[in-house]
Amino acid sequence: MNIFVCIKQVPDTETKVIPTKDGSFIETSSIKWIMNPYDEFAVEQALLIKGTNANFNVTVARVGSIQSSEALRTALAMGADDAILVEGADNLDSYTTAKALKLAIEKSGKKPDLILSGKQAIDSDCLQVPQLLAQMMGLPSVSVVVGFELNGDNLVLKREIEGGALEIYNVATPCLVACGKGLNTPRYASLPGIMKAKKKPLAQHTLTALGISDTDRKVKYSEFRLPPEKPAGKKFDASEEANIGKVVKEVVTFLRNEAKVI
Amino acid sequence: MAKVLIFAEPHGTTVKSVTFEILGKAQGHTLEVVAFGNLSSGALQDLAKYGAQKVHTIKGKNLEKYSPEGYSEALHDFISKGNYDYVFAGATSAGKDFFPRLAGMFNSGMASDVVNFLFEGDKWYGTRPLFAGKCLAKVELQGPKPHFITIRPNALGLPASPTSSSPANAEFTHDVASIRAVIKEIVKGASEKLDLTEANIIVSGGRAMGNADNFKILNQLADVIGATVGASRAAVDSGFAPHSMQVGQTGRTVSPSLYIACGISGAIQHLAGMRTSKVIVAINTDKDAPIFTKADYGIVGDLFKVVPVLTQELKNLLGK
Repeated sequence: MNIFVCIKQVPDTETKVIPTKDGSFIETSSIKWIMNPYDEFAVEQALLIKGTNANFNVTVARVGSIQSSEALRTALAMGADDAILVEGADNLDSYTTAKALKLAIEKSGKKPDLILSGKQAIDSDCLQVPQLLAQMMGLPSVSVVVGFELNGDNLVLKREIEGGALEIYNVATPCLVACGKGLNTPRYASLPGIMKAKKKPLAQHTLTALGISDTDRKVKYSEFRLPPEKPAGKKFDASEEANIGKVVKEVVTFLRNEAKVI
Repeated sequence: MAKVLIFAEPHGTTVKSVTFEILGKAQGHTLEVVAFGNLSSGALQDLAKYGAQKVHTIKGKNLEKYSPEGYSEALHDFISKGNYDYVFAGATSAGKDFFPRLAGMFNSGMASDVVNFLFEGDKWYGTRPLFAGKCLAKVELQGPKPHFITIRPNALGLPASPTSSSPANAEFTHDVASIRAVIKEIVKGASEKLDLTEANIIVSGGRAMGNADNFKILNQLADVIGATVGASRAAVDSGFAPHSMQVGQTGRTVSPSLYIACGISGAIQHLAGMRTSKVIVAINTDKDAPIFTKADYGIVGDLFKVVPVLTQELKNLLGK
């Protein structure tokens, strides 16, 4: 079984985002890059499946800049067999990214039985690439998957929808599964894993070599800016128990008469 | 004038409210609505109230229930015959799931989770948050039309004085031969309340809740004001609440009218997920907690003492 895991490298969740002066993107020079947290669930799921059959192959693929290849190295150290890096910018749109992943997977010569990814990348938050990639490759897809069972060629998947409800899907491989939080507990890379990762094969392509051009970009971003700061609000001291009743009354009055939300 | 199509999802006796938000914001253009199955009379009345000029319903084999493949295939057929410039949906569970596939079938661009937009002539421009709301950017679409857009619920707001219409109704038939990823069953969530992303009021608990059982005091408050209960990442990772309740960068990004943060210190990734709430109330023992920098009304105090008093006060006010 050939399993492909598509991952993205994103700024750490604690990153303070600063738009560039010209507003064309954000300052990336001092960012700590990590594997997109949702993609960790996808890598872990691939490795759990590989754990049932050592002959299964897990390939991780990523499109993005090469200033740091932390995310791919982490996935290899966790236990993936090989990696593909498509060199591009960190602010490509979903269509370009999905097309690059499709072409890179095809170029690998391996026919995918299962493609895994995170449900969304926590930087651009588009939730498009997995479904687009599935459509481009002619595969069915299930997104926001929090439960995963593989029996032979058949999958039973739990997809989380509004209010924590679950849609239970039946689907046969080949297919694409976009993973959500709660699916599994991603493993940490072991020290021997990190050593081994250095010797694992990494294929590298450019967008141009894959046949992707600027006309593939469908979404254009500009005017990156910080959201407007709210003026300082009112603060009430209810640390003394005797004040609680009075403070709560005041706040409720403000909610009703000033904010008009109750 | 642009030709606009809005995908509507039935909800209770009407359709999801984000449909009306989009209709209100796109006034002045040709506005059509499409839905699967039959729409209730309540839905049709509301769509007329908010200015839909034509309402299409799609029926056919394998379209009785949602599937990304079925909905995409049928809408692809419908839209291909309609010459639309822009196709909208709410950024709901279904909208987020199948709209990218649908846009891909047209090789068209799609803007996700847009919080505001305008037309200059027929050209559409949107604003959307990135990095879970840590920054905003202008978004525009290029390449072949139609262009696809999902709108975050609660972001645009309902129009104050909607322009009503008398929409014509039309039926469209499309049979889907086969679907590979099929829903066998739907398991209801623990809560019957509105999803966090659609809730008008959210009461959220953080690490200070101490355990899952203590969330009952937030549930009691939520019941009084019709709120949905959320949780911070710290509370979810400590096992006090399921991930479906998480607000923040690796959970839900929300923008309710009122957000009440209880025992949440305000980590940057949490603030990112709720800062666009219209009014924020924070209750925390630490007077220097970062959450107070975003709060309209900050209460320094012990949530276990303050929340029950707040619940009682609101109960009295709302006559419950």
